[in-house]
Amino acid sequence: MAKDELMNYEKALEMFEVVIGLEVHVELNTKTKMFCGCRNEFGDEPNTNVCPICIALPGALPAVNRTAVESSISIGLALGCEIAPNGRFARKNYFYPDLAKNFQTSQYDEPIAFEGELTVELPSGSVHTVQIERAHMEEDAGKLTHIGGSTGRIQGAEYSLVDYNRAGVPLVEIVTKPVYGAGAEAPELAAAYVRSIREIVKGLGVSDAKMERGNVRCDANVSLRPHGQEKLGTRTETKNVNSLRSIERAVRYEIQRQAALLAKGTAIIQETRHWHEDKGATSAGRPKSDADDYRYFPEPDLVPVQPSKELIESLRAKLPEKPADRRKRVQAEWGFADLEFRDVVNADLLDQIEETVRAGAKPQAARKWWTGELARIANSQDKDVTELEISGAYVAELAQLVDAGKLNDRLAREVLTYVLNGEGSPTKIVAARGLEVVSDDGALIAAIDAALAKQPDVLDAIREGRMQAAGAVIGAVMQAMKGSADAGRVRELLIEKANAQ
Amino acid sequence: MSEITPDLVRHLAGLSRILVTDEEVERFTEQLSLIVDSVAKVNEALAGIDVPSTSHPIPMANVFREDIVEPSLTQEQALSGAPDSGEGRFRVAAILDEE
Amino acid sequence: MSELIRKNASELVELLKTGQVSSVELTQVHLDRSAAVDQDVHSYLYQSPETALAAAADIDRRRAAGEKLHDLAGLPIAVKDNLTTTDAPTTSGSKILEGWIPPYDSTVVKRIREAGLPILGKTNLDEFAMGSSTEFSAFGPSRNPWDLTRIPGGSGGGSSSVVASFQAPVAIGSDTGGSIRFPASVTGTVGNKPTYGAVSRYGLIALASSLDQVGPVSRNVLDSALIQDLIAGHDPHDSTSLPESLGSMADAARKLDVKGMRIGVIKELMGEGFQPGVMNRFKESIALLEQAGAEIVEVSCPNFEYAIAAYYLILPAEASSNLAKFDSVRFGLRVAPEGNPTIERVMAATREAGFGPEVKRRIILGTYALSSGSYEHFYGAALKVRTLIQRDFAAAFEKADVLISPTAPTTAFKIGEKLEDPLAMYLNDIATIPANLAGIPGMSIPNGLADEDGLPVGLQLLAPARADARLYQVGAALEKMHEDIWGKRMIDFAPELEVRG
Repeated sequence: MAKDELMNYEKALEMFEVVIGLEVHVELNTKTKMFCGCRNEFGDEPNTNVCPICIALPGALPAVNRTAVESSISIGLALGCEIAPNGRFARKNYFYPDLAKNFQTSQYDEPIAFEGELTVELPSGSVHTVQIERAHMEEDAGKLTHIGGSTGRIQGAEYSLVDYNRAGVPLVEIVTKPVYGAGAEAPELAAAYVRSIREIVKGLGVSDAKMERGNVRCDANVSLRPHGQEKLGTRTETKNVNSLRSIERAVRYEIQRQAALLAKGTAIIQETRHWHEDKGATSAGRPKSDADDYRYFPEPDLVPVQPSKELIESLRAKLPEKPADRRKRVQAEWGFADLEFRDVVNADLLDQIEETVRAGAKPQAARKWWTGELARIANSQDKDVTELEISGAYVAELAQLVDAGKLNDRLAREVLTYVLNGEGSPTKIVAARGLEVVSDDGALIAAIDAALAKQPDVLDAIREGRMQAAGAVIGAVMQAMKGSADAGRVRELLIEKANAQ
Repeated sequence: MSEITPDLVRHLAGLSRILVTDEEVERFTEQLSLIVDSVAKVNEALAGIDVPSTSHPIPMANVFREDIVEPSLTQEQALSGAPDSGEGRFRVAAILDEE
Repeated sequence: MSELIRKNASELVELLKTGQVSSVELTQVHLDRSAAVDQDVHSYLYQSPETALAAAADIDRRRAAGEKLHDLAGLPIAVKDNLTTTDAPTTSGSKILEGWIPPYDSTVVKRIREAGLPILGKTNLDEFAMGSSTEFSAFGPSRNPWDLTRIPGGSGGGSSSVVASFQAPVAIGSDTGGSIRFPASVTGTVGNKPTYGAVSRYGLIALASSLDQVGPVSRNVLDSALIQDLIAGHDPHDSTSLPESLGSMADAARKLDVKGMRIGVIKELMGEGFQPGVMNRFKESIALLEQAGAEIVEVSCPNFEYAIAAYYLILPAEASSNLAKFDSVRFGLRVAPEGNPTIERVMAATREAGFGPEVKRRIILGTYALSSGSYEHFYGAALKVRTLIQRDFAAAFEKADVLISPTAPTTAFKIGEKLEDPLAMYLNDIATIPANLAGIPGMSIPNGLADEDGLPVGLQLLAPARADARLYQVGAALEKMHEDIWGKRMIDFAPELEVRG
């Protein structure tokens, strides 16, 4: 991969206006696939959730999943879209071995939902309204595994294996209109937009919305034009950027790369690009060509979807609150300062904290655990904190054990590592490993006496008001008790002892 | 709309993933030219009138399947007709270095 | 030759029910007939006597056990080889599917099996049903039992010749532009293309999804009615399947009354281009209907002039997409070029070797009709013409209950005569295509022999969508009038075939 020349980001923004466009694919969590009764589930043995329909055997015909249609309408409504009175399926024709029929059953000129908008708030506090062009129903493709060659990638592979378990899984593709005016914050806007889409589909319960599992995937279009120019520049489409952080980085990279080319007078090639998380760079994929003549036409094997007003209104009535409204509400409920709350939002931790608070933790304790220790651990493992295998209920339990004085901070951190190792609930781990704080005064007094025997001057120092002298004894006691002592109690006992003599 | 040329036939055959020999290109160019001239007649019927399209012969709408799991094929059945398979999957030649 | 094979299915069913003949015996005499004549006629692509006899023996056993059986149980039947069967290869007449045994039964075959009809074999067709003569079958043409040097019609020449040569009492066909009716016309048999959606297409290897329909082929009208009653009905696996029942065709066929019915003669489907013998017989039948108390009216369908053009755009367009799944990945032929070919080259080489010239021609034409730049002028325009043809029918059915025309302009032509002239071949379907474009039912019944060549002529009956019963009523009535005049059935004029082996 040749190294791209990049322009300094600030300079790029001085010279050019950034225009982005986002295509987000959301995998629905229906029980069955879009057009057949096979299970919509991953991780099973390859080619076991398949049937004549989703592996496109001759003679098979599709049948539309009612729940997938309703989920799609709900997504459309949540995005403020119009719902098409007559939505049709269309065939998008192209050959690729993961596409069993060699056409994708999708929607073309009559998508189920169109003309919506989504308001998103950026880390800086600025608010943008992104115009939604359309949301349409389609199906996922199978999974290719490339065998041979040095990297296990498609390049240089000797052959490929195809698993169609994912083929036909219902997707909703949400397409924005061109997004102008974000300036230097275009990368943040892209990420914040996808975050909001995730929150919406999760809130609707129509998708598991896990980016790391590909439930939500984003293709980011980026183009630049000189300030004041009306005509849009040539765009690139960076495919399948699969985390919020990557979206931000990929958009930023494309801005810098395109700016460097345009400044030299080199034309941008309209092409798909691939984001490489490891290298922090995009690389050129396939250029757009006349091979992209998809020959869309109305799917003759399926009839139109004409949702009734009653259906639309009943789905509208079930919509959860909008992400922006929810944020206002939970910030007030939790009493977080603006900065604290922004950190939580940026770390994508609203759901986790809500779950933790619901399980009984104090909001501030929940926030501290998630944005503090858990974020640190995730960072050290090069993960998003949301990817950690821990439930809000366990975090709440941990916080409550600390509040009750059963764990001190050090012990609580230790317990946390065991929870993350999958050893079970904090309470169970404390019991199994005997990690509870020792607050039995007898044991503590014995340890204090032992420590004082080696440092007899300390009691005098305390009596004279030189409290820092207590530290040496407390340290020795903690060491003797291997950290399981309650330091506060040790201090109290020491003062009592000094004053008593 | 363009005239049927040998290059167009080659392009269309490529889009349809059909290898064509020079001899076939020549024959198809000739035959398709005649056919295309003949089918272009549809436009005469539409001269000066505005007509909606009919993609489905019998108008129907809202035909759905409930979201209920039905039995799938076994892996063995799924792979039974495959020209080549391995590790429970369909095996194909390497994909052109394009992605 | 056993006299049993000459009997109508309705008679055979009575013999089975009353125990005068067993299903095994009936199946065996038909298998014997195939052994004697099919070397010449070549109706079948595949037969498995063991499987057929086992199914027959099962019905005999169940009948002996006093089980309640379907009215048609035990009646042997032949099935066109574009319907999937789990116990027999399904090729659709193509090399690309040679030897493919599907892992699922088509809905029609399922219904046949459930009713206990032994399947005698799979009948020949033009490759993927693209043709009017069976000359495009990858496995050699079938021959017309009336004259073995002539075509038996197509694409369903296997099903027409199989009943015309007494190798099966009834057969299943499919009709996209006349593939049931044209073969019936040139072999002196009966065939009906039901209303689109009356019979499930699930498991029918698609040619053009919005035109294809499965239907019965037989030697008389009542027999076709019995088979349509067996195979019709809603199927949730076919989203275009009609939800409602169209009533009993057999009841309609038993009425034998046309008094007061308004019968429309389509002005545009007579005269120029129609063989004199065809027209003479047609006019005689009009006179017969009038004598029987029907009211004859003339109707005009001015847009039929454009039907062939629209058809040869819509069909190839849909077919180009339907046939994309034949890609060497999941089933069927794989041809790998020399060296280390990519999947793209393997697919292209497979489709080159596996598809015959007519299939390639139509795929390329269809790809052209859909491609950007020509869509509006070709495919898009054809869909509008389709509307005009529907309007012509709607206007005609204001004046008439049933429309009639010759089924085809000519009698059977010689094998090889039109092979190199696609346009001339396409003209055979001039009278049958409009019904497919409009989705209405169409039937061909024997209409005597042409004076000039002594070959069978067919008469076509058309009714509004869902009014298939009218075709059976008029068809059976006219058939009765003919038989009363001729003193025998039309098929009884057919020359004896040379018996071999």
